[in-house]
Amino acid sequence: MYAFVTGPLAWLAFGIFFIGLIYRAVWYIRGLDWKADRVAYTEYPSYGFRGAVRSIFFWLIPFGTRSWRFYPGMTILFFVFHIGLLFTPVFLRAHNMILAERWGFSLPVISDTTADFLTIIVLAAAVFIILRRIALPEVRNLTTAYDILLIVITAAPFLTGLFAYHHIGNYQFWLIVHILSGEIWLIAIPFTKLSHFLLFFMSRAQLGMDYGIKRGGMKSKGLAW
Amino acid sequence: MAEGILCNKSPINTKEELYALLNDKSGKQYYQQMKDLEVDGDALWATIQKSMKSRLKTWLEICAHCGMCADSCFLYLANDKDPKQVPSYKIQSTLGEIVKRKGQVDNEFMRHVMDVAWSQCTCCNRCGMYCPFGIDMGVMFSYLRGLCFTQGFVPWEMKIGSGMHRVFRAQMDVTSEDWVDTCEWMAEEYEDDWPGLTIPVDKEDADIIYTVNAREPKHYPEDLAEAAILFHLAGENWTVPSEGWEETSLAMFAGDWEGCKLQVESVYDAIIRLRPKRMVVTECGHAYRATVIEGPYWTGRKSGQPPVETLHYVEWVAEALRTGKIKIDPAKKIKEPVTYQDSCNYIRNAGLGDIAREIMSYIAEDFREMKPNREHNFCCGGGGGFNGIGCYREQRNKGLIVKRDQILETGAKLVISPCHNCWDAIRDLEEVFKIGIRWSFLKPLLIEMAIVPEHLKVQEEEEEA
Repeated sequence: MYAFVTGPLAWLAFGIFFIGLIYRAVWYIRGLDWKADRVAYTEYPSYGFRGAVRSIFFWLIPFGTRSWRFYPGMTILFFVFHIGLLFTPVFLRAHNMILAERWGFSLPVISDTTADFLTIIVLAAAVFIILRRIALPEVRNLTTAYDILLIVITAAPFLTGLFAYHHIGNYQFWLIVHILSGEIWLIAIPFTKLSHFLLFFMSRAQLGMDYGIKRGGMKSKGLAW
Repeated sequence: MAEGILCNKSPINTKEELYALLNDKSGKQYYQQMKDLEVDGDALWATIQKSMKSRLKTWLEICAHCGMCADSCFLYLANDKDPKQVPSYKIQSTLGEIVKRKGQVDNEFMRHVMDVAWSQCTCCNRCGMYCPFGIDMGVMFSYLRGLCFTQGFVPWEMKIGSGMHRVFRAQMDVTSEDWVDTCEWMAEEYEDDWPGLTIPVDKEDADIIYTVNAREPKHYPEDLAEAAILFHLAGENWTVPSEGWEETSLAMFAGDWEGCKLQVESVYDAIIRLRPKRMVVTECGHAYRATVIEGPYWTGRKSGQPPVETLHYVEWVAEALRTGKIKIDPAKKIKEPVTYQDSCNYIRNAGLGDIAREIMSYIAEDFREMKPNREHNFCCGGGGGFNGIGCYREQRNKGLIVKRDQILETGAKLVISPCHNCWDAIRDLEEVFKIGIRWSFLKPLLIEMAIVPEHLKVQEEEEEA
């Protein structure tokens, strides 16, 4: 079983993840239409570039935009959640050991204590994000079961990873479930809203170019996000 | 397909159709007929498949339902934070639903979509600035209005407005003759006070071509005279075209993209015919948005720019004051507290926030900013056609309270509003809430404050002495 989930299934999951994302990127860019979107995307590269970069940059900084400042609680939840989601799996010592073993290279690693801390933070943030969805009427009204499912898919590798690492219950069982849940997560990214992993950047760049080229970017210092 | 005589899927292209619709007071029969208007689901789906590209599809798909757009919407705030007024909900439950059902929706649903598209969104685009993914629901609602238009589910006034542009190339029934007559009349009317004042029509190779909002010749001709006086004071070499003088676009509010194109082409044709160096657009927000920001795309101009460099009126004013073409008498500057209404269409959506502040620095001693301001300012409450739709008057009035409170907070009793829509909304909010404010375009204030050069003054006739 272990050989299967870390062998063919892992190849499949990573394959779908990367090819899926490349497909989404190509599909998105090919679908941009200067006439239908009413943005002269290619006519003013420097304005377009500046608009896109500004639009992404300010939104990647905690409290960097008026919207982030307006919802401080959500902003903290959001950044903690996403930083944990990205950093933990990529820089985890155990993951990089596998990488070194199989591919002969590895990335810098974080200590296991840090990883534990990040994992617990991710899980706590996921719980609060779900609570927020239930507590706030304006968010509750928007929330669907699909939204909750995606949070569960995203949080599952962290919970199972925690169990496996600390040998809570049956190690072999949790290890397999951990790997499987990670693979489900990877596969889900290109097919679901989790595609915002990539499309966040595309969509932000698009609106940034819209403002940078068409809606005032050539007559101002740039939109104050 | 069941279609009414007045309410149907065809746009208005003749005077007869237009006047038949106008004569149906308040659209009584029109809305009655709308109840029986069949939805052509296949055509709707075909339109969506053809026109909905990756940007819109992605926006619909990746919305995380986080609710961060909620407080960005003045209608959400004005309606006691009703969850049904959250921008994401409004677009997902209308456009999102149509797409999910592949266009197979019924009459009742489409009438609901019309209500949401015209009475719960003014296309101010503020929500797009607050969404982490950059989902601009104003853009999506504008697209949705276009879909509604193809199916005939359009508020009565919007259908008339689009028809006006198609028939008269103006949002009101003002013909070229009416327009030229008004220009001549205004020049004559004000000539005694302003010797040498003219409104040159169809002058070729002028420095400036000036274009307006049809309401001005129709209802506020003095606005045209004021523009002429200010150009006269500044010594500008300017002209107005006899045709292609109308900048506004109710067709844009209606979602009639073909009508938009026809209207804008008339202006571009005038530019090409008269070869001016620059164009100046009157104090109107959506006119500038339509003809300068969106228009180039409707007409397929790859550059995304109109045929000549174009200034919104505030840009011309700032330039005239900056370069001293018009000088302000320091003693006549506005002394009382005064605030400025940032129009969504040329501040948020065209980047002129600094220009507005520059003008205020020249003319006001106690300028008070609204909070929030510039590109983050709230819609006046009447944008996107909201002011003009009778059956949504109650919802419009409710929406005004956000602007009312913003103005009250500044403590100013004078609101400068260089946008027809904002100007109307602020006038109406005073009428509804009686908060004791005055509102004004820039032109009349500038004429009051400007220093008139000796050679332009009325010369007293010496024989009288």
